[in-house]
Amino acid sequence: MHGSAADTILKITDVTKAFGPVAALKAMRLEVRRGRVHTLLGENGAGKSTLMKILAGVHGATSGEIVLDGQVYRPANPQEAASLGLAIVFQELSLCNNLTVAENILATREPRRFGFINDKALVAQAHRIVADLGLPIDVTEKVGNLSIAQRQLVEIAKGLSHDAKVVILDEPTSSLSDSEAEILFEIIGRLRQRGVAIIYISHRMEEIMRLSDDVTVIRDGEYVSTHPRDEVTIETLIALMVGRRMDEIYPPPVHHLAADTAPVLAVDRLTREGEFQDVSFDVRAGEILGFFGLVGSGRSEVMNALFGMKSANGTVRLDGQVVRFRSPDEAIARGVGFVTENRKEEGLVLGHSVEWNISMAALADFAGGLGFIRNGAERAAASEQVAKLSIKTNSLETLAGALSGGNQQKIVLAKWLLTRPKVLILDEPTRGVDVGAKFEIYKIIRQLAAEGTAILLISSDLPEVLGMSDRVVVMHEGAPGATLEGSGLTPETIMAHATGFHS
Amino acid sequence: MTQNTAAKAALVRALKQYGGIFLSLVVLCIVFSIFNPRFMTVVNFMNILQQVAVVAIAAFGMTWVILLGEIDLSVGSIIAVAGMVGAQCFAFGMGFAPAIALTLAAGALMGMLNGVLTAKLLLPSFIVTVATMGIYRGMVSLPTNGAPAMIENETWTAIGTESFLGLPIIIWVVAVLFVINQIVLSKTSFGRRAYLTGGNREAAVYSGIKVDRLKILIFTISGVMAAISGVLLSSRLFSAQTNAGMSYELDAIAAAVLGGTSLAGGVGTMVGTLIGALIIGVMNNGMNMLSVPYFYQLIVKGLVILVAVWLDVRAKQAKR
Repeated sequence: MHGSAADTILKITDVTKAFGPVAALKAMRLEVRRGRVHTLLGENGAGKSTLMKILAGVHGATSGEIVLDGQVYRPANPQEAASLGLAIVFQELSLCNNLTVAENILATREPRRFGFINDKALVAQAHRIVADLGLPIDVTEKVGNLSIAQRQLVEIAKGLSHDAKVVILDEPTSSLSDSEAEILFEIIGRLRQRGVAIIYISHRMEEIMRLSDDVTVIRDGEYVSTHPRDEVTIETLIALMVGRRMDEIYPPPVHHLAADTAPVLAVDRLTREGEFQDVSFDVRAGEILGFFGLVGSGRSEVMNALFGMKSANGTVRLDGQVVRFRSPDEAIARGVGFVTENRKEEGLVLGHSVEWNISMAALADFAGGLGFIRNGAERAAASEQVAKLSIKTNSLETLAGALSGGNQQKIVLAKWLLTRPKVLILDEPTRGVDVGAKFEIYKIIRQLAAEGTAILLISSDLPEVLGMSDRVVVMHEGAPGATLEGSGLTPETIMAHATGFHS
Repeated sequence: MTQNTAAKAALVRALKQYGGIFLSLVVLCIVFSIFNPRFMTVVNFMNILQQVAVVAIAAFGMTWVILLGEIDLSVGSIIAVAGMVGAQCFAFGMGFAPAIALTLAAGALMGMLNGVLTAKLLLPSFIVTVATMGIYRGMVSLPTNGAPAMIENETWTAIGTESFLGLPIIIWVVAVLFVINQIVLSKTSFGRRAYLTGGNREAAVYSGIKVDRLKILIFTISGVMAAISGVLLSSRLFSAQTNAGMSYELDAIAAAVLGGTSLAGGVGTMVGTLIGALIIGVMNNGMNMLSVPYFYQLIVKGLVILVAVWLDVRAKQAKR
């Protein structure tokens, strides 16, 4: 095997976990060594989250053994897990927006004097932690005033502020820009040099290949295999993860775009003070227009303005007619759909059923006289979408919040498909979605384009934009840097325009 | 056969949803009937239903508001204003029909004001309705300088005292309003939009639901329901009292929450609220019959609400 047993800091042997009759983990194994980055790779629903929750002390294992640093490890709660030297940075932000960065980082461990929180010591201590990690963040700022990316960094600082032997990072880069991700990678490098073991969870293959020392693949709650990074390729990892060969990540276009059709949507010099200036582009029926830009380049703001969420100057033409939407219902009525960036905040009602979520934007279509909902029609439409998009759910009554990320995203797509949009805006449609579901979502997007929907695809995943788009608008600091197509579409040209360093 | 199983499934669902709260109601009834044999009589139950009517109807309106994740503390004051508007209409020599129309319109207007202030000025509904609770309560005294106003219109007073087809009219009113509210909530797109918006306001906006309009409409419904409560109360008292309906908003909130309505929004039914209102009614009536002093009643009511809600929350957590 690789390395000696003495290096092993965390060893998981035959751990199982059952929720009632459902086995979430079956004979799970994992061996993590000091000073190494160990990636845990699996589709959503493969059991990564369950395993992490067991390690974090949220759940107890049903059977099996975990040994941390030579001792049997069985934490009763997250506090105990942290005190035993296991730090976890969850994917979901768990910060209090109304408190400062310092208060969040040291929550429940604030330095005290006479029983009162010692503010000076609190700030100093938090500042030391943040400076030590090299984060460009003011610890006295309220978390609510930070960008999502900065919050993620605070979350990481909070997780790392305990003296940890093992650090678990659950999709830490999912909302970070490239430069912010670099900061994180540096932090990871420093931790590794100190001999800390890192369990890394991510869906971004390039990142995994760059950072990992070892990769363990799990599937359907079971251990599949462990490999040193140098002995595997992205393709073999994906094949192991999904249990089948994936011929290509991006499905090819299923139709040819007629060259001379008039644009469905034409945007001319759209401007909103302080957010974006002179944004112009058009998109034809059946075309996929990519939008690439770094976080903060104004992409999402432009889309919100198009959808009637924000006002903006400039003209927008839909089918040749000038439109000015004052609210989303006007945009929807004219055939615009919007799969937003944050499905949990803006896309879904997690506490309601799959069926209710799917019919949500097309409710008027199911309302008969006096507003009575025609349940049969609603049910039929929802189950048709579930079948068409192969959404994995126990029933239409299942709560949307109980499904995996990929299936949740498909519900959001289904919701907009029911409105039969002419223009569909997709903002980061595959964020936090596993590779298998990603492929299915790409196929759906291709199919929609083939049926004549004009698609705006916003993504910070460069391969995705390149693989899916007919043309790409590159945004830089609130303005479109360039519109690229054909042979101009290369990772180098796109990044050059996105960063403003083009000749 | 299939109809039979469908009915069974519906029954099981209903038991799961309301079993705990319904059981509480039954237990309370048994306890009271052990201590006082006159409790378990048809006459007394009619009595309870009539006593509970005013709170139940206000609680139907409150359920809409809480479902949306908002709160309406002005309900008790609107009840009093409604009675006074009716009394003043009669003082000006109006007939029953215009008087009741004006009374309900006043309720709608007061509710709509709550809604507009909450939706358009983006103020928290708690603050808005704390303010209007005081304003509306003060307005009750304007016409009479704080004195009660007698109501002598016989149609108006008949509502609270007469029967129709063997049942007190008051009970008919509660039953009809219950059915209408439950149907609109569970069967129409308006009700669905309330559930969706209460569940996630942002997602509702992005899905094209006109959230502001919905909010204003729902506060208007709450105002109208409170005004109807006010009509019933003043007809039973043959007068408009300036302190009528004092703190009824809290009973209405308690009824909705006892019935499983979530203060976070998105969850609740009229069936639950009706059962919740009955529990409050049974407790009031039962303790009165046992001559429990008022201050003990307050303590017991508070404790029962705490325990019932705690049991409900615990059951729901166990299910997840």
